[in-house]
Amino acid sequence: MLAKRVIACLDVRDGAVVKGVQFQDLARAGDPAELARRYNAEGIDELVILDVTATIENRRALADTIRRVSAELFIPLAVGGGIRSETDAEAALDAGADKVALNSAAIADPSLVTRLSRRYGSQAVVVAIDAKREDARFAVFSRSGSTQTGRDAVAWARQAADAGAGEILLTSIDRDGTRAGFDCEMTAAVSAAVPIPVIASGGAGTFAHFHDVFTAGRADAALAASVFHFQEHAVAALKSFLHERGVPVRQSSC
Amino acid sequence: MTAPSIAVVDYRAGNLTSVIKGLTAAGSRPFVTADPTAAAGADAVVVPGVGHFAATAAVSEAMRDALRTAVAAGKPLLGVCLGLQFLFDGSEEAREVAGLGLLAGRCYLLQGDVKVPHVGWNTLERRRDSPVLDGVAGEAYVYYTHSYAAPLGDATVASTTHGSTFAGVVERGRVFGVQFHPEKSGEDGLRILRNFVALC
Repeated sequence: MLAKRVIACLDVRDGAVVKGVQFQDLARAGDPAELARRYNAEGIDELVILDVTATIENRRALADTIRRVSAELFIPLAVGGGIRSETDAEAALDAGADKVALNSAAIADPSLVTRLSRRYGSQAVVVAIDAKREDARFAVFSRSGSTQTGRDAVAWARQAADAGAGEILLTSIDRDGTRAGFDCEMTAAVSAAVPIPVIASGGAGTFAHFHDVFTAGRADAALAASVFHFQEHAVAALKSFLHERGVPVRQSSC
Repeated sequence: MTAPSIAVVDYRAGNLTSVIKGLTAAGSRPFVTADPTAAAGADAVVVPGVGHFAATAAVSEAMRDALRTAVAAGKPLLGVCLGLQFLFDGSEEAREVAGLGLLAGRCYLLQGDVKVPHVGWNTLERRRDSPVLDGVAGEAYVYYTHSYAAPLGDATVASTTHGSTFAGVVERGRVFGVQFHPEKSGEDGLRILRNFVALC
């Protein structure tokens, strides 16, 4: 049976892992390669490196981080943040990433999703959507949550899937960093609307939050950062918690 | 004993960085090539690949001949993901493109009330023993990402179910195939690659 995936996110700035609350107030959390090693040993299913302050100057530092993290890991690795062109995607994939996550660049030019999925396969192309509740809809923001796009998350996810995206990484801006739980309603709405897997992100605080998003939220995968960063063996304990409650998970063989 | 050389067939279907890394970690000396002569000279051949079956049309006739010759000479061959599908007669995904025909059957789109593509960790159900699965737990989780799959048959060593039940691992003589990505499947995946390298 296909397992629900538990994904650890490493928000990286200048080669170090940081974690923000609602996209601000970044606080350092550690060395990306060391954290990646720890998560792998604990049985994480996948890693995401998010370059939170991507600039042209630190693009080379990002490639080095990808190389260091992927050198000893044999699980899927996605990279996002500042992927604006085919050249950026190529650099990340050549450095050892298996997938690239496109956000603002996909909104500005959805054909980039199509071009990359034709070149590398749709499994290599994740469209990341940052959304916020506004009345009865889920409004999509770009540029790290700073710019209103006028799009609705459900409609944009559908369009991204049609354009060739292999997965959707859906982040709730309202919940990000709050530890108040995933936005299950928004996740379920997007998951029901697209044929491709949806990764829920933003708000993980307790093990029960993961259970909620895998059941009520209909998520195929759930991503978190700080809930794993600051607690040893959290991944294995979370997997046991989910397994005991009937959620199919891959339990570490070691 | 020196590490065996493994030709990784390049036909521009996806990024080969991870496959090379995995084969290297498994104790071999992989090299990427589109040259049939170079592939024929290696100790073993790996056909990787992701994406659309139509991409395999880019595998030249000369390379197809080299692969068949290598198999006839008893060299180990491993198809990974799209590379496994390429071992079969063909695929519904691109009916006009012929597969290698080393295994009988056509690949088909996964059916059922499930999300397609099938992305993530799923279990292998062992049907019989195979040297590539030595030391791998009976119901090991491996990492899949695909929409089309190969039918069950005599060559099926292990199957996986996602809507349809399809061939996860195949073996016929020295020809092997895995529908999942061993280079992305943690310790069990590396074990499978090491088992393959040990056959070279």
